[in-house]
Amino acid sequence: MAIDFKLSESIDTQRQMAQMVAEQMMRPVSRHFDEHEHDIPWDYINAMWPIMRQNPMFGAVDKPETATDPNKPKKPKTGNVRMVHLIEALSWGDAGMYLTTPGGALGGAAVAAAGTSDQKNRFLARFGDSETPVWGSMAMTEPQAGSDTSAIRTTAVRDGDSWILNGEKIYCTGGRLSLEESQGLVVVWATVDPKLGRAGMKAFVVEAGTPGMQVTKLEHKMGIRASDTAAVVFTDCRIPFDNVLGNPEIPKAEATAASADAPKGFKGAMKTFDATRPAVAASALGIARAALELLREQLSIAGIPIRDDVPVNEMSAIERDVLELEAQHKAAWLLTLKAAWMMDSGEANTVEASACKVKAGEAATVITQKAVELLGPLGYTRELLAEKWMRDAKINDIFEGTGQINRLIIARRILGFSSRELK
Amino acid sequence: MISFSPSEEQALIVDTLKRFAKDRLRSIFREADENGELPADILSKGWELGLVGSSIPEQYGGFGEFSAVTGALALEELAWGDLASALALSAPASFAFAILAAGTEAQREALLPQFSEESFVNATSALIEPRLQFNPRKLQTTATSDGNGYVLNGVKSYVPLANSAEHFLIYAAENGQTQAFIVPAKTVGLSVGEREKLMGVRALEVARITLDNVKVAADAKLGGEAGIDFGRLYARSQVALAALAIGVARGAYEYALDYARNRQTFGEAIGQRQSIAFMLAEMLVEIDGARLMVWEAAWKLDNNQEVTRDALMAKHNADKTVLMVCDRALQILGGHGYIREFPVELWLRNARGFSTFDGLAMV
Repeated sequence: MAIDFKLSESIDTQRQMAQMVAEQMMRPVSRHFDEHEHDIPWDYINAMWPIMRQNPMFGAVDKPETATDPNKPKKPKTGNVRMVHLIEALSWGDAGMYLTTPGGALGGAAVAAAGTSDQKNRFLARFGDSETPVWGSMAMTEPQAGSDTSAIRTTAVRDGDSWILNGEKIYCTGGRLSLEESQGLVVVWATVDPKLGRAGMKAFVVEAGTPGMQVTKLEHKMGIRASDTAAVVFTDCRIPFDNVLGNPEIPKAEATAASADAPKGFKGAMKTFDATRPAVAASALGIARAALELLREQLSIAGIPIRDDVPVNEMSAIERDVLELEAQHKAAWLLTLKAAWMMDSGEANTVEASACKVKAGEAATVITQKAVELLGPLGYTRELLAEKWMRDAKINDIFEGTGQINRLIIARRILGFSSRELK
Repeated sequence: MISFSPSEEQALIVDTLKRFAKDRLRSIFREADENGELPADILSKGWELGLVGSSIPEQYGGFGEFSAVTGALALEELAWGDLASALALSAPASFAFAILAAGTEAQREALLPQFSEESFVNATSALIEPRLQFNPRKLQTTATSDGNGYVLNGVKSYVPLANSAEHFLIYAAENGQTQAFIVPAKTVGLSVGEREKLMGVRALEVARITLDNVKVAADAKLGGEAGIDFGRLYARSQVALAALAIGVARGAYEYALDYARNRQTFGEAIGQRQSIAFMLAEMLVEIDGARLMVWEAAWKLDNNQEVTRDALMAKHNADKTVLMVCDRALQILGGHGYIREFPVELWLRNARGFSTFDGLAMV
């Protein structure tokens, strides 16, 4: 091993294909799906399904290793590095449409991160077998519980061989695609005992068509409008006991309430984030690259030079801005790549996953806002896509953990303080 | 294939320098700054670690491989220990690596073997000029061909170890293009002026030199008649300086982190408050991002890829990061940060210099 920035040929080829899809299938319809919020981009989805079936995007759901010659050295895993490259390229095309890409998505990632091997087989098979597109999604947020997942009120009560879910989830990305447009699934975070706080939190897989589960609302959003953001209500929704991810044991109140360690169910959720935060960062940076490229193109048309060979103190204000924006983009991308590589290498990457999310969420926000400014009247008009990218980019500083909650996660780790010591 | 893991050999170098930085540099840096000089043995001790020789290939008498990535890893560790020492040790490297990267075969064979010997080689380079709008691509120091060789005229600033140097690499404009010239210290017309007093790196001896009709032979021009691709060499300097900046930033960050864990106010550690904790989280994110930019630019140098913009971005971002991190570290220490019993004010003074240290280091 040595420090190396060369992308493997296989990933590079796939990245180029994703970029082609972005140019040819996404960009031409990008504005349409922005202005027709709840239309579904079926042409894109149907074109992507055969590819995604063969090669699921989320590295976390890589096919399990089959028994091979034990003398053969193990091939290093590259699923997450591949994933961030594909997401970056597709999001350059359209970040909202990227979120409609069929596959397990965050639901699949959660099953892969926290599920048993039996559960992985049971729940993830559909993302390869089905003839028609299938989606997975994650339902965590509730009206009164965002970053503070310990405030989740949706309950799961054991009843013999079942769990019975009751509660309301909001902001479930792709909820409609998973539950109404396909035989998909949603991973629902619920408490087995509200008195236990985070210790009582577990993840449950609910399959499309389960009685008692209903999509009740599709949100109207500032950006990423091609992607549905659903509210899902559970009313005495009965699911098999085996659908709880990870350890099914209900902790004893006295024992865990006193324990400072984060309990298993919650840790499962956090482990999912280690894979999904780099994915969100990559999406943010695809949008940011689109904005930077458009900015460069328009500056060039206007005859405004961007030079590399003058001292910073001789640069024009625009040159300095562009340098600054491109540097932020580069730093964020390399942090993302490193977090994904660590995941592939089996290294603990919680700090790095949060770090790339913090940096990319902010960089994409700043870059797209500044691009609108520097493009002048061309930036603000809906004739070009810059203004849309600014609206699309902002979500990346919010979902999968806001910039603030991710700073908190990093700070607790580096300082060695628990969530009670550093609030 | 993408990897962020240093090779075994690189890990060994980093480990050795980490120990040197911790045991030696961290025990002398404050006193050296106050006295305005490095202890006599620090350069020889550093030299013994093979800092330059291990980057010179066997064919030129060395015992290693010339790698910008390895160089960047090494410089981060040295600067973590002490920037003044790191820059002093970089002076001969900035001479040797320029020869190695851009010299003719004859220049390499003549000059490089001494850098793998046991005793410190007093060599340095001179790029910076004392004026507000200094531009390394538009130097005011000139080199004019006189038929037999070149005549150099001008003033150079911030030349490290100028008083003891035996070899200078002097950058000058020939027909508007930046070129470099190998000039022995004793050459007529080259005079070393008063020591310059800087805000930071006070232990590093720097001086102005004046070139008054300095005559050198034709083969003194780096790269021979064709000269050098200055942009490429300058990128090597940008990457080296950015790596040094990361080392300074990391030192300040670690110190502030430790302080925030332990300093109590109102019954709890100040690090338990988001106003402090978030600053530290951001410092970590910026340092990591800046380091990866340095690594990527260094990797592009090693793989002969176009690097001009990457080096510019890496340098610009590292300059910004080191200043931000050191300023915040000082702020986290509050009043203590401003007191010279604590190291942070020294690091902030050093950090400010990076925007002006052009050419002082090389990978």
